[in-house]
Amino acid sequence: MSEMEIKSLEERFNQRIANDEKIEAKDWMPEKYRKTHIRQISQHAHSEIVGMLPEGNWITRCPTLRRKVALLAKVQDEGGHGLYLYSAAETLGISREELIDQLLSGEAKYSSIFNYPALTWADMGAIGWLVDGAAIMNQVALINTSYGPYSRAMIRICKEESFHQRQGYEIMMALMNGTQEQRDMAQDALNRWWWPSLMMFGPRDAESPNTEQSMRWKLKRKTNDELRQAFVDQTVPQAELIGLRIPDDKLKWNEERKHYDFGDIDWEEFWQVVNGHGPCNKQRLEARRKAHEDGAWVRDAAMAYAEKHANKTYRQAV
Amino acid sequence: MSKELIQYICTVADNNLILGQRLGELCGHGPNIETDIALTNIGLDLFGQVRSYFQYAAKLEGGNSSEDTFAFLRKENEYKNVLLVEQPNTDFAYTIVRQFLYDVYHIRFMENLQKSSDETLAAIAAKGVKEVAYHARFSADWVRRLGDGTEESHRRAQQALDDLYTYTDELFHQNESELSLVNAGIAVNTAQFKSDYYQTIHAVFAEATLTVPDQKYFLKGGKKGIHSEHMGYILTEMQYMQRTYPNMQW
Repeated sequence: MSEMEIKSLEERFNQRIANDEKIEAKDWMPEKYRKTHIRQISQHAHSEIVGMLPEGNWITRCPTLRRKVALLAKVQDEGGHGLYLYSAAETLGISREELIDQLLSGEAKYSSIFNYPALTWADMGAIGWLVDGAAIMNQVALINTSYGPYSRAMIRICKEESFHQRQGYEIMMALMNGTQEQRDMAQDALNRWWWPSLMMFGPRDAESPNTEQSMRWKLKRKTNDELRQAFVDQTVPQAELIGLRIPDDKLKWNEERKHYDFGDIDWEEFWQVVNGHGPCNKQRLEARRKAHEDGAWVRDAAMAYAEKHANKTYRQAV
Repeated sequence: MSKELIQYICTVADNNLILGQRLGELCGHGPNIETDIALTNIGLDLFGQVRSYFQYAAKLEGGNSSEDTFAFLRKENEYKNVLLVEQPNTDFAYTIVRQFLYDVYHIRFMENLQKSSDETLAAIAAKGVKEVAYHARFSADWVRRLGDGTEESHRRAQQALDDLYTYTDELFHQNESELSLVNAGIAVNTAQFKSDYYQTIHAVFAEATLTVPDQKYFLKGGKKGIHSEHMGYILTEMQYMQRTYPNMQW
């Protein structure tokens, strides 16, 4: 293809994005658009899969049957999200195996929030309420993203995530309506999850090099700082309503801005965890590696069986 | 009658509860996402059925009992699940063979429980029978894949079968109290489908190129409350919250 032709394709592509048209898998797209999308969608998929671990840690210890069923269903939803996000990434010409290899080798990133430990039952509430809440802030904006398969996956994911968030908040509410011990447990969980949740929106805009290009491609519709502010504004009244205190002395409503002012994020901790040195980075990746390695013979068996029986019909005895 | 019925509900529900607990341990650690989701789903179905059974038992017992007092606040020897379901997730082959050996029993059990003269039990079975039919299809398919897959998967599936087969007979044990409920048309007469059970699992194992062990002795105990050493650990984990923070609402 000549440079002229590429240029005209690129112009048409940009025009389509400007017109809010969806880009589909078989459409022409600039290489950088494809790569950026593979990176972001797979990062999102990895986050769902690694995100199963901290909550999965509590499935066997839920306090009631109702909570157990709800938590199992939630973690299962996350697996489902991972599945269709990997599929969305595959439409861009990369295989799930390659994507998983990137995760296990440490080349691909996942959301840092899952590198924090889930220590008490109240963490199941805090994760649902805050972590899923922050994720929705990011994801609702992505419903209108330009890449069709990603946008459609987001529509479904957001519906489930908002259910998870309510479920998490309801866990916190039950604790705050309980004994002093339960209220302390809830407050302790909020204390530990609040700042990492704010970190989920990424570095400050001034330090986010990809933001401008991503905004142009509508892969991002709001900046990190805008989303972080929206999250704080949404969450503070929810905490107050059930008697929880946000662990930030600088938090204060600003009448002029019509937003909450809030304290400084510990960026050193942010970069420490992003760069692989958080409390559970090592454990999370090890758990994923172990599942993958232990499962290799199972996947091989399924392939071998499918090949053997490709031309056979067999009767089911059960 | 009510006391015997509650006891019977426990023997039925505890199988699901403990197997569901075992499956819950695996959530997020499956060999791929599809099987992870499927096994979690089976666990969810089992817990769903457990809730219905225990809500009924709590209603019969009255007082302060609830589905959760049944699930979380009994002592080890008061749980009446069979030994099969408490066996550990040694590897995927154990998980699948354990599931299969239970599912083939469970589907026949539910089909018959639908005919119970106890309306609540019949209704629980009518709802659950469709779920369990899926479980049996899933685990049977995987037994075939593992048995007739690679050399390694065959070896592991055979090992699991050799180790777990000894727990199958207990599924069909019925004590006097249970037999009196059978005579009253409430409980399922499992003896009715015992030979069909073995025929079916043997047929699937044959398809899967697996050899049924020549078993003369079978292990039992769970249904009487005498469990394996695994059980204490399962309960320690499962009951952790209720034991550490008693009498609270969650």
